[in-house]
Amino acid sequence: MQKLLLLGAEAIAQAAIDAGITGIFAYPGTPSTEITEYVQNSKQAGEKKIRSAWSANEKTAMEAGLGVSYVGKRAMVCMKHVGLNVAADAFVNSAITGANGGLIVVVADDPSMHSSQNEQDSRFYGKFAMIPILEPTNQQEAYDMVHYGFDLSEKLSIPVLLRITTRLAHSRAGVAQKPERGQNELRLPSDMRQFILLPAIARKRYKGLLANQALFLDDSEKSGFNKYIDGPDKSRGIIVCGIAYNYLMENYPDRNVPFPILKITQYPAPRDMIERLVGACDEILVLEEGAPMIEELLKGFLSIGLTVKGRLDGTVPRDGELNPNIVARALNLKDTYGQDIPDLVAGRPPSMCVGCGHIDVYNALNEALNEYSKGRVFSDIGCYTLGALAPYNAINTCVDMGASITMAKGAADAGFFPAVAVIGDSTFTHSGMTGLLDAANDGSSITVLISDNSTTGMTGGQKSSASGKIEAICKAVGVEEDHIKVLKPLKKFHEENLKIIQEELAYPGLSVIIPRRECIQTLGRRMRI
Amino acid sequence: MKKDIILAGVGGQGILTIASVIGLAAIEVGLFLKQAEVHGMSQRGGDVQSNLRLSDKEIASDLIPFGQADMIISVEPMESLRYLPMLSKEGWLITNTQTFINIPNYPAKEDIIAGIEKIKNHVALDAENIAKEIGSARAANIVVLGAAAPFLDLDYNLLENALNTLFGKKGEKVVGLNLAALKAGHDFAMEKIEGRG
Ligand SMILES: Cc1ncc(C[n+]2csc(CCOP(=O)(O)OP(=O)(O)O)c2C)c(N)n1
Repeated sequence: MQKLLLLGAEAIAQAAIDAGITGIFAYPGTPSTEITEYVQNSKQAGEKKIRSAWSANEKTAMEAGLGVSYVGKRAMVCMKHVGLNVAADAFVNSAITGANGGLIVVVADDPSMHSSQNEQDSRFYGKFAMIPILEPTNQQEAYDMVHYGFDLSEKLSIPVLLRITTRLAHSRAGVAQKPERGQNELRLPSDMRQFILLPAIARKRYKGLLANQALFLDDSEKSGFNKYIDGPDKSRGIIVCGIAYNYLMENYPDRNVPFPILKITQYPAPRDMIERLVGACDEILVLEEGAPMIEELLKGFLSIGLTVKGRLDGTVPRDGELNPNIVARALNLKDTYGQDIPDLVAGRPPSMCVGCGHIDVYNALNEALNEYSKGRVFSDIGCYTLGALAPYNAINTCVDMGASITMAKGAADAGFFPAVAVIGDSTFTHSGMTGLLDAANDGSSITVLISDNSTTGMTGGQKSSASGKIEAICKAVGVEEDHIKVLKPLKKFHEENLKIIQEELAYPGLSVIIPRRECIQTLGRRMRI
Repeated sequence: MKKDIILAGVGGQGILTIASVIGLAAIEVGLFLKQAEVHGMSQRGGDVQSNLRLSDKEIASDLIPFGQADMIISVEPMESLRYLPMLSKEGWLITNTQTFINIPNYPAKEDIIAGIEKIKNHVALDAENIAKEIGSARAANIVVLGAAAPFLDLDYNLLENALNTLFGKKGEKVVGLNLAALKAGHDFAMEKIEGRG
């Protein structure tokens, strides 16, 4: 079969289709979005009736995936790294329930924070939940590991975490496909209490999970994904995790590394292999994309006896993603560099598009807030976060999805008035609406602007779960109808919009303003078709 | 054979089309390929780049090491300079000279051009104007690709085939325009190389 030229994200999606998933569940988030989009656009997935629409957030996605697994079918759940914080309750508990049909949770980390607010390493979550983790080094391995992961998940009755990072998700290479597999038949768990985590049952299942660690470890040692590659020079052994392997190999054009290497792409970390490497070599260099997880494991708290180099001793920078040059320096190999960027080159940060409705919202809001002291705008995550930059300088916070409404509420509860929240439509239904319920129940005096561009803009214009429902949700959670105001953010309506915002800011109670105008990117795309 | 290429531009300028054409041509002759793209936040009018690697041997890293790129292909002049740390001493810089100004502190165009001219191996051309003369300003990126063609170590007709494959669905006229754009860029670069003697 001819190889397909696929992004890492797409290779994972194609593999999921070929491995017989019944559904994929996800909320968009860079760099994970393309996995689900690929399934949504795939003819093959359409013919197989694979369910693929966007979920409201990562937690609902994770739970729906677990439901598919409960009835014996295969599901994939996808998210960016911070999405796993949102899904964490379901994720960690799914290790206790275990899986029935195969369940893979794909989490895409973003070291160096190309499009994220932190660079947390999801392997820690996998370790915390005590489930197997797969960490592919390249697109082909990503494809193969999805097939393997589903089999593993069913063999060991456990969800499997597939961890990738930005470079793999967004890099293209040739991928060879495996034969297609059909979907599972409906088959409920043989133990009908498996998924009831009452303490008495959960305690039993947790002991089972602990006992199964030996099986997970055994698989890590034997599956063939972890590789011990011997080398003649034992002055140093190299442990290299996931995509870091590529950067190591890049430094040896003939691919002959003089040192013994342990390539880790499956966890729990393979203990026998690690012991063999440590026993054979004078010191260990650890190269991992993300936080120093293996390095800490080896070093231990007291660092007795073994020399371990990596991110903790400065051999490799403590933060940021790896690259071939960083690895060259860690190995004292020749480093290369072109020439410096001329001083005249100016930064070109991302910005709101010309004609974006969020701009009109900020122009009106800034003017309305002129009469008050600064620092009143609690915002959220989306294109509108770019209102933090000049010339708008319009917002004062951006922490995690949904935190605008709740932080404004907290500030208001502490006596700060007026407090304003600015949130997007997709973020509102992701995790803003529960905070609005709190505000309504508490009678908190805040003004919430739900800047509705009718799409999930920042991640490329995916369908928003909020579409057509925002006013009804606000009313239902208890916002008074008189204080739900819809306006059209256009220059020509500036004066009337300003007046509405001024009035609601002055109102000592809960109000919601919904500036609504379609994202000009999605509008442009619609017009072109 | 090994070609490591940095593609540069501003989000929305279509550098990925250039990558697709080169990619299709490379695959036709059985080369290995890796192409790391930038998706997400910086696509909102920020600077974007793509690492495109071709080789007759398996490629290890998705990222090109600093100082080892054989070529920078840029559809925007200031962006072409942003990736100089990646370029090898003998590498080529191929860039459009039409500026894309969406920041208040954009430098003077003469200074940018002077910066480009300091690079030993460079081709700088006004791709927009050349594309307009052919009949479609939208083909400016293909003009830039054409200017890079002599340095790609890929047969010229492979690039033509790739344009046919990529634009075939849009009809003969679009294919024709793009072929003409490719040739115009190519001819410009050839003149420049030969002019140097
Ligand atoms: C927990 C979590 N999931 C996903 C993301 C990725 N993400 C950032 S912004 C955004 C879209 C927000 O859409 P919306 O609120 O409608 O605002 P818009 O970008 O359209 O202005 C998403 C999905 C994230 N940062 N955090």
